[in-house]
Amino acid sequence: MIKILKSFIDRIFFQIFQRKRDLKIGLYGPPNGGKSTLANKICKDWLGEEMSSVSKIPHETREIRIKEKVTVKSGNKELTFNLVDTPGIATKIDYEDFMKKGLKVKEAKKRAKEATKGVIDAIKWLDEMDVVIVVLDSTENPYSQVNVTIVGNLAARKIPVVIVANKTDLRKSSVKKVEAAFPQYDVVGISALNGNNIEEFYESLFNRVR
Amino acid sequence: MLTLQFIPYNDINSLTPERRIKKLINVVKENKIVLMQGRLVPEEESTLIERTMEQIKRSNFKGIEICTIYPETDPNLIDKLKSKIANFLLGNREGLTIIGPATVVKEIKKDPDKIQLLTADIKKKPKRR
Repeated sequence: MIKILKSFIDRIFFQIFQRKRDLKIGLYGPPNGGKSTLANKICKDWLGEEMSSVSKIPHETREIRIKEKVTVKSGNKELTFNLVDTPGIATKIDYEDFMKKGLKVKEAKKRAKEATKGVIDAIKWLDEMDVVIVVLDSTENPYSQVNVTIVGNLAARKIPVVIVANKTDLRKSSVKKVEAAFPQYDVVGISALNGNNIEEFYESLFNRVR
Repeated sequence: MLTLQFIPYNDINSLTPERRIKKLINVVKENKIVLMQGRLVPEEESTLIERTMEQIKRSNFKGIEICTIYPETDPNLIDKLKSKIANFLLGNREGLTIIGPATVVKEIKKDPDKIQLLTADIKKKPKRR
């Protein structure tokens, strides 16, 4: 009886600490929303190094990237997590679009093939996430079905969400449009590139986790 | 010429999610625009994206454009209850899902109250003599 009780307590403690140790925060969104730029900003702020390469050509991130043990502080609060940068989710991928951005045929086809796998991987990893930061380009129309699908899937899985309206440094940016599209969510307008409003973003992240 | 194919709720209601998605993709691969009564649940939407990516990897398929129109009304409690009971008994037929091949539908612009389908220029260029 004591053995069973001890094993039960051990299991509960293991689950609590295992979960805390492995807290995963994922960056999701359509391509070129600025997920990797935000991942780099977080890592640079708290680890002093970047984690992903960024490019103006869509689908630069084509595989899941994980930075382990990122500790973020806000006021007297502290949060340690594994940051997961995911490929952009899209409903179409055409290698000819990459050629228009200057890639050669072979390179473009390879990128397209890798990008399709990246989208599948990103979707499969949804179930692994404890919290998701949805990164949207605030200069674009937020009512796209990809955005709705991502947010809908997170809601269906009961995963806490922070929506980031990125690229507020650009003239066309409209955080209000993003807020209007997702009224039931916490939307934070930031510029991951130059760090505008990043403190409010960290605060919002803390609120979602705890 | 654009071809629109209407898929009534009854045609797909009895199918498993996987078969439902297969059916939708097959129609879209014939270069038709699907108008489906009702909408997919979020998990089906993500599976649709996964299957679309698999098709792109395997063939010359370029992907899809998708959009769902859904009444965003704020009904009172009784209307909400009525709607829930109807959905439970008859299935959720509310809304309309539009899915088109990316080679035909370049973009679907959705604002809360309007939808614009931007189609590709499918006119063939005249042959030079």
